[in-house]
Amino acid sequence: MLELEDVVTTYGAVRALDGVSLTVPDGTITAVLGANGAGKTTLLRSVNGLVRPRSGRIRYAGKDLTRTKVDNVVRAGIAHVPEGRGVITELTVEENLRLGALWRRNRRETQASLTEVYGMFPPLAERRNRSADTLSGGERQMLAVSRALMSRPKLLLLDEPSLGLAPRVTAQIMATLRRLRERQSLTVVLVEQNARSALSVADQAIVLNLGRVVASGAASELAADEKLRHAYLGF
Amino acid sequence: MFRFLNLTLNGVSLGMIYAAVALALVMIWRATRIVNFAQGGMLMFTTFIAWDLAQRHHINYWVALAVAVGAGLVIGAVAERLLVRPVENGPPLNAVIVTLGLLIFLQALAGMIWGNAQAHSYSPAYSIVGYSAGDRTLLFSPNDVYIVTAVLIVVVVLYLLFQRTSLGLQMRAAAFSPEVARLLGVRVGRLLTLGWAIAAALGALAGILAAGTQTGYVQTVGPFDALLVYGFTAAVIGGLDSPIGAVIGGLLLGIVLSYADSYVSNNIQTMYAFLILIAVLMVRPNGLFSRSAARRV
Repeated sequence: MLELEDVVTTYGAVRALDGVSLTVPDGTITAVLGANGAGKTTLLRSVNGLVRPRSGRIRYAGKDLTRTKVDNVVRAGIAHVPEGRGVITELTVEENLRLGALWRRNRRETQASLTEVYGMFPPLAERRNRSADTLSGGERQMLAVSRALMSRPKLLLLDEPSLGLAPRVTAQIMATLRRLRERQSLTVVLVEQNARSALSVADQAIVLNLGRVVASGAASELAADEKLRHAYLGF
Repeated sequence: MFRFLNLTLNGVSLGMIYAAVALALVMIWRATRIVNFAQGGMLMFTTFIAWDLAQRHHINYWVALAVAVGAGLVIGAVAERLLVRPVENGPPLNAVIVTLGLLIFLQALAGMIWGNAQAHSYSPAYSIVGYSAGDRTLLFSPNDVYIVTAVLIVVVVLYLLFQRTSLGLQMRAAAFSPEVARLLGVRVGRLLTLGWAIAAALGALAGILAAGTQTGYVQTVGPFDALLVYGFTAAVIGGLDSPIGAVIGGLLLGIVLSYADSYVSNNIQTMYAFLILIAVLMVRPNGLFSRSAARRV
């Protein structure tokens, strides 16, 4: 279980997160919604240690992560798929994937994970020795998600997986997330501007505005709340 | 024709040394986007250490070499940790000034310990008497074979390290995309330190090879600056971003300088390197092998 308690994260004078509390139960998908600049990405960056919260507490599986550095957060079982350019284009597809599993240091496990993600995303298997530069936007997103899965995370932080993708590809990625939750009881925090597709896979959701939580609840409830949809979600 | 062959052979041998220096510069450029002007000072200092051991204390050549390479590792790691790390996120000019400062510091320190003025000679590892072809003597000696082989071995080992091992993969990831690498659990800071250490050790090898060349390299603090200029020129020919480019750039530079030395005049060798450097920057600023479009120095 991931717990955020009154987290405040600032960039200079800007309070990007202004007292956010959130509980993500194991094996669920939680959508974090809101407009540009609402603090969604900062929330993920605070959890994984890329930025240090100014106050508040972040706990995962009973451990306090508030002051943990990013390279140790991964080792606690939390993988992060960053927005946009998460794929290292100078490396090949397979090198990108191997990086995802590197800190496990077990060849056999790495090989098993590789087989698994290639099975999940066959286009990656075909291009395994090509430079990641040659992949399309959708394939890059697949690669970024696969690479995060290579570490066999218990918690997956996904930042805008639908950004710039065709709706069909977005649907494919959402379906994969749901499958993973069912099969491996993966916990997912999904940051999205595309509220409609995020709510369609999520169990619960929060809506951020200017660093504060303005709404939270079951995904189906939020999707049914017409006022909220008009005010913050844009559909 | 025979002269041409001789000059080419001589150029290959010198070029391999330039290639080693260029490779050290490229490694640091790729990892931290810093042109390490202190490289010349670092390799000068380690070469003096080796010289002190080998010539003054009559310690075995290979032991002295190992000590100097080890000292290179330490100097590189310490420089990265103490000097470069604090300015890493500042404007690029800060790092340039820090490396220049380190260069001057190392030169001053070497001058205090070993003297600035007197020239020292350094015995090469193997004979510098050229092989004979019929009744003529080639400008290529057992020591040149040693130079070419030593650098080639190091290049192959580095290639395998970077392309075939998990450590190398992590170092490349840290160089290309530090933030993403960090997200994946790569200890980026440690790898940068390691990268600087390896580069400085490579420079140490190049310095000792240069000090024992057949041209009767006379060792004072000065000539190592020229070695930095040659290494930098070779790296720019190759494109600063490309390890293979650095090696090929080094060889090209060595051969061209060897011709220019003999066919034109041998008093202004460093100037030829500068001319080539300017020409490359004007005609093909990204070098022969680089894919990147922009560069800051």
